[in-house]
Amino acid sequence: MKLKLATLALGATMAAGPVMADLVFPSLSYRTGPFAAGGIPFADGYADYFTLLNERDGGIGGEIAQVPECETAYNTEKGVECYEATKDAGALIYQPLSTGITYQLIPKVTADDIPMHTMGYGRTSAKNGKVFSHVFNYPANYWDGASAGVNHFLEQSGGSLEGKKITLLHFNGAYGREPIPTLEALAEKHGFDFNAIPIDYPGQEQKSQWLQIRREKPDYILFWGWGVMNQVAIQEAANIRYDMNNFMGIWWSGSENDVKPAGDGANGYKSVQFHNVGSDFPVFDDIQKYVVDAGKAAGAGDQVGSVLYNRGVYAAFLAAEAAKQAQDANGTSAIDASMMRDAMENLSITADIMTAAGLPNFGPEFSVSCANHGGDGMSAIAQWDASAQSWSLISDFATSDASVITPLIDADSAAYAAENKIEMGCN
Amino acid sequence: MFYREAGDFKTSYKEDNQTFPIKFDRYRYYAVMFLAFAVVPFIVNDYWVNAIFLPFLIYSIAAIGLNILTGYCGQVSLGTGGFMAVGAYACYKLMTVFPEVSIIIHVLLAGGVTAFVCILFGLPSLRIKGFYLAVATLAAQFFLVWLFNRVPWFYNYSASGQINSPERTVLDIAVTGPNTDAWAKYMFCLVFLTFCALVARNLTRGSVGRKWMAIRDMDIAAEIIGVNPLKAKISAFGVSGFFVGIAGALLFAVYLGAAEAGDSFGITKSFLVLFMIIIGGLGSIFGSFAGAAFLVLLPVLLKNVLVGTLGWPTDLAAHFEFIIVGGLIITFLILEPHGLAQLWRVAKEKLRLWPFPH
Repeated sequence: MKLKLATLALGATMAAGPVMADLVFPSLSYRTGPFAAGGIPFADGYADYFTLLNERDGGIGGEIAQVPECETAYNTEKGVECYEATKDAGALIYQPLSTGITYQLIPKVTADDIPMHTMGYGRTSAKNGKVFSHVFNYPANYWDGASAGVNHFLEQSGGSLEGKKITLLHFNGAYGREPIPTLEALAEKHGFDFNAIPIDYPGQEQKSQWLQIRREKPDYILFWGWGVMNQVAIQEAANIRYDMNNFMGIWWSGSENDVKPAGDGANGYKSVQFHNVGSDFPVFDDIQKYVVDAGKAAGAGDQVGSVLYNRGVYAAFLAAEAAKQAQDANGTSAIDASMMRDAMENLSITADIMTAAGLPNFGPEFSVSCANHGGDGMSAIAQWDASAQSWSLISDFATSDASVITPLIDADSAAYAAENKIEMGCN
Repeated sequence: MFYREAGDFKTSYKEDNQTFPIKFDRYRYYAVMFLAFAVVPFIVNDYWVNAIFLPFLIYSIAAIGLNILTGYCGQVSLGTGGFMAVGAYACYKLMTVFPEVSIIIHVLLAGGVTAFVCILFGLPSLRIKGFYLAVATLAAQFFLVWLFNRVPWFYNYSASGQINSPERTVLDIAVTGPNTDAWAKYMFCLVFLTFCALVARNLTRGSVGRKWMAIRDMDIAAEIIGVNPLKAKISAFGVSGFFVGIAGALLFAVYLGAAEAGDSFGITKSFLVLFMIIIGGLGSIFGSFAGAAFLVLLPVLLKNVLVGTLGWPTDLAAHFEFIIVGGLIITFLILEPHGLAQLWRVAKEKLRLWPFPH
């Protein structure tokens, strides 16, 4: 109790609030901890794209974009602290890059009227905008990814998965368990055997999981890992000489960091992607010129063009486009979070917009509506070439199996709405 | 000078045995209570409550709970995270199954459920001691987290295994859910903390607490003078579990709003609470507060100073936080192995005599 007094005294120093800025895009990043390998390039890409807009275009619609960074270490409690610390500075949008933190922030952002964009992660049923008014997960979600993976295996095995065995190797947390309902439904539809093998945090030790895989000999493995467990899993797969053509990760398990440690053994490893790979886009030349060479890069500047850096750029690009469209719709450059939300709900990304931003054919074209916050769920398959040390897309962007996913999304969001007494919107 | 004890006479046993026998301490205690209940709720904002007060209040409850078991009764436990998970999931199930019942009752019942589970896992303590008991409670930690991940009934069959706390009210004021006012959350946790601290204080200075301490100091001797080790150890596990369960329920329902067993109640949580009581002081209620404050507030303070004031990059600041907090822990433990509470006790003795130490 006595310490409360001291606490209060400390308060004066703690409450040093951030300055009100023009357009604020807080970055809840993690550059430490077991997931830093994934968190660093994403955070760099996110920050660098906004720096580029500030340096090259003078901001967004004349307003300077600020990206205050807050370290979460993928820890939900620190995530809450970061959210509270940044939200009063006029935050326009949150992208926590953590499914656990997303779950916590869903009710909070809804109450505070700030949109949250969970691109390819978070709560999949947030696609249903009737229930989740402030949460967006365009252009694709986990269930789209699971469906895309199964579709690819279907094609690979000649149109039928009857009697085949597909194993989901997943992080034993909210993120890794998300695809299970979809895969169970798909197993029923296509007649394959499905089982899930969890890996506990942080996943540096996976001998028992891979022993189980050697025993069960699944025809295909889908992999939902993140951070250090990716490298370990791919190394283990190489060690048991598992055919990499049949081993596919979700987009969070498909970056250069994950495959490089396994060397040639990782050749042929696949991953689902919802955006393009490589550094062959005009925007990266600009980033090199205006940001990296000018010494203004958020990180070391060595990540430009890597898969996760690209994803950070893509996330920032989508946020900046929504901000631009909000400025146009409201006729003012100083937008607030509520205008941003409305713009995200009416967002439409066309080939022209992507080309104008220096990202031609970078991702699928999609549009968002009040009822559909998830876009069309387009994704493509990428494959790692160990000799060229590069990822390349081996398929076009294709839609997922909506006949399986839509009922699951409706059921899960309806359960959430009932538990929290949310009335359906968009009428 | 600080403590003017002249004229502060005690004329009854009751007065002599009160929690704060020195007048100055007593008045300061009243002042802190007044501040906490009547001033702070009117001035706090969201950031203060969610980043500073709630974690401090809730971890204080958990630390008091573990201190009863480890500090007073000498039974080392590494299962605190798992037991907090029991409290959280019990609270969640009760909240969703009986939505019309008051959340206060749910939190207390969650404590009760945890007490029961804690007693179950405490049974081996009658046979095994020390490190072996630590390993047994470590098993409890892993088993409980595994159980909550594995059995979908606990998380109402949601797709990802996350539990979300729905909105619940006390006297028509929301205390859980997203639309809760900062002061309401704060008051709700503060009331529970005050309740727990008072109960713990009164248990530990009574016959129950003396039995615990007798077991801690030497269990064979305690048995010879008539302390029943079964009752003493089991009651310590039960009471400790009750507090830890309340802390887990509040952590999930009021503070986080959503939780997942492995992420929010992992082994790191067990160590965090254990470090709190070791740094704060084993066998001291004040130590529980001090330890919780040290480990909850210091990282936030450091982060705000390093990133907010000095403008360091976030990753550098995060790494320095580890270095500074770790260094301080080592320094404290070398200078005062009995924790912050002992440091405070020594300082107080010095202040009572100052400026005439002889």
